[in-house]
Amino acid sequence: MNNKPKIGVYVCHCGINIAKTVDVEAVSEFASRLPNVKVARNYSYMCSDPGQLLIREDIKNEGLNRVVVASCSPRMHEMTFRKTLAETGLNPYYLEMANIREHCSWVHEDREEATEKAKKLVFSAVAKARLLEPLYENEVEVEPATLVIGGGIAGIQAALDIADAGFKVYLVEKTPSVGGRMSQLDKTFPTLDCSACILTPKMVDVASHPNIELLAYSEVEEISGYVGNFEVKVRKKARYVDVNKCTGCGVCSEECRLAGRIPSEFNAGMGNRAAIYLPFPQAVPAKYTIDPERCLMLTRGKCGKGPKCEAACAAGAIDFNQKDEIVECKVGAIIVATGFDVFDAAKKPEYGYNDYDNVITALELERLVSASGPTGGNIVLGKGEDAFVPQEVAFISCVGSRDKSVGNEYCSRVCCMYTAKLAHLVKEKLPEANVRVYYMDVRAFGKGFEEFYDRVRREGVRYIRGNPSEIFKRGDKLVIKAEDTLRSTPIEDEVDLVVLAVGLEPRRDARQIIDLLRLSQSADRFYLEAHPKLAPVNTATDGVFLAGCSQGPKDIPDTVAQAKGAASSALVLLSSGKVKIGAQISFVNEATCRGCGYCVEICPYGAIELVTVNRMGNMVQVARVNEALCKGCGACSAGCLSGSIQQKSFMDRQILPQIAVLGGVK
Amino acid sequence: MSEQYDPNIVAFLCNWCSYAGADLAGTSRTHYPANINIIRVMCSGRVNPLFIINALQQGADGVLVSGCHPGDCHYMEGNFYARRRFGLMKELLEYVGVDPKRFNMSWVSASEGSKWKDVVEDVVEKAKEAGPFEQFRRNKINW
Repeated sequence: MNNKPKIGVYVCHCGINIAKTVDVEAVSEFASRLPNVKVARNYSYMCSDPGQLLIREDIKNEGLNRVVVASCSPRMHEMTFRKTLAETGLNPYYLEMANIREHCSWVHEDREEATEKAKKLVFSAVAKARLLEPLYENEVEVEPATLVIGGGIAGIQAALDIADAGFKVYLVEKTPSVGGRMSQLDKTFPTLDCSACILTPKMVDVASHPNIELLAYSEVEEISGYVGNFEVKVRKKARYVDVNKCTGCGVCSEECRLAGRIPSEFNAGMGNRAAIYLPFPQAVPAKYTIDPERCLMLTRGKCGKGPKCEAACAAGAIDFNQKDEIVECKVGAIIVATGFDVFDAAKKPEYGYNDYDNVITALELERLVSASGPTGGNIVLGKGEDAFVPQEVAFISCVGSRDKSVGNEYCSRVCCMYTAKLAHLVKEKLPEANVRVYYMDVRAFGKGFEEFYDRVRREGVRYIRGNPSEIFKRGDKLVIKAEDTLRSTPIEDEVDLVVLAVGLEPRRDARQIIDLLRLSQSADRFYLEAHPKLAPVNTATDGVFLAGCSQGPKDIPDTVAQAKGAASSALVLLSSGKVKIGAQISFVNEATCRGCGYCVEICPYGAIELVTVNRMGNMVQVARVNEALCKGCGACSAGCLSGSIQQKSFMDRQILPQIAVLGGVK
Repeated sequence: MSEQYDPNIVAFLCNWCSYAGADLAGTSRTHYPANINIIRVMCSGRVNPLFIINALQQGADGVLVSGCHPGDCHYMEGNFYARRRFGLMKELLEYVGVDPKRFNMSWVSASEGSKWKDVVEDVVEKAKEAGPFEQFRRNKINW
């Protein structure tokens, strides 16, 4: 076949998105006079069916063998147009795109300037298109298993869906039990379902499902490989309890010398636990764990005359010599469901969270009202003689959300409704109590939210619009200083209990996963999705999906929906069994390679090795690329001294003409 | 320098962060000078020093290489190579008499559309200060 370039240039109006600032007629007229261009057209929507048909017809009728589409970003529609080419039998990599929307019409105002720039960008694309070469994608098998990181409701739901579809799931949870934040909640808004009642059956399912391998109290340590073939190393931390022997009876915990002296993470510090503990009664797996940072035996090597837990355990499950274990697995897809941390209220010193015992966070109140909490569901503050039941209760919303001063500009989406829920619960348990909520705006946007908010107000909860400026102590009472912004009156409100509706933040250890999986963060520091609207569960790394609050604040229904979305995206990969991997990888011209090995050193993936070949009777060393490992970054070709190693579609000889065009020297 | 001088900048942007950041600037309708012309590469580590010299030879008054924030590279360490490579390059260019204002590096993530605008404005401003670049141009010889 005669491979002399015959290029078709298609300039998109994108409605008025491009046409408004760029003279598309002028651009296509300009393109038609460029070297090797056979046809140049403009059309209102190139990505539409008729637009694509235009390209296909021209390929057939005009014998085009290269296509330049000047439209939106290639990150948007490169795949669309590659398919268009492929449908006519033309190699899909004979496509080059000129980004005249995101990089031109949308960012420049002057029509003349924008048109000139669009011409340049089209010229640059044509210059590269002339030199494009056909590429072929490799297909690799997909390992029919998934790694789910995080055992909260998002991870649990994703794991169950994938396991139910018949694929293996490795569910890794950092803490001793699955359940996550949802297990800490008492009731869920707006239906007031008991959180534990709807969650625990799913936790049990996860542990007993034949397709799920639950790795609780474990952390992912290393991930290598690529979509379809990830290799994962998980560190199963030592519990110092033999899980096969432990019956979960709990005698050890009662006997522990530190029983009741260590703040319980699960109870958000409102209750205490022992050094050997079950995080909460419904924990799954129901196996005890020794806290290595607290246990006297593990920190000092000595515990009285001998560890009492060991003596108490009838099953003989305690094992102080247990070591961490490394579990290795191969998976085709990864779901990140690592959740969130609540905002640290100490960062708002004006609310006195660190100074006053009766300023608490909503999560702490959540544990107080919970029947499984430290007070058995009674709202009692203080201990012993100081214990008292609050009568005047105030909630402060948006603590650490919508607040530039702490770097969180976003709305945490759940605080308005959980405040309403907790206000309702306080009213239910303490009918005589006066409850008020200081708010900025009430955002009751979900199904049944507005109705619930109405109900709570009818129950006698007062909503006061105003952000408190200060909280201080006067006698036994706390005084809230605020301004009622609806009445423009200053307020000094004496209360017994202040509840801070703390917002949701990215986990403080979010960096760990970023380093493992090369994820990006959005401006709010949550993990960044591939596209905010059309690929909300995907990430820039193929085969890695996001679920739940790791991507941004969400309520439980949204979290479950997203988890199911992530599971279905992973299943698409697993059930097709094969995945195409990048064709734009590196290759070596063995005739000119001098075997210096610089590229071998540079390659971040160890995809290049030196091999000995026979070059016209001489045995010489040359570089060779392992196509399955190469991810197509092109770092090797920037380091090559002789230009022998090149990245397909981004070869020096394809980029240099672009530079020449954009430089503009005639 | 004349008021009329409009610098021409060639920019190399990595696909995953800076190119996406520039896309976001567009989606958010952030306006910035039209002097910048973008070439997409997969990684800032792909940018061969030759490209920089070539751009300056071919008519660019300034060059920009932009990648992911150090530590966030989609290819693990590509931008570390870029950072080291172009740190040296900048000194070398200065040594051969190229105003360091002409050569810029930046780290713009996929969510930093507004930072991209700032970067472009800064690079254009610097190129304006440095004035038109003629040093490397191949002068036509009239026999």
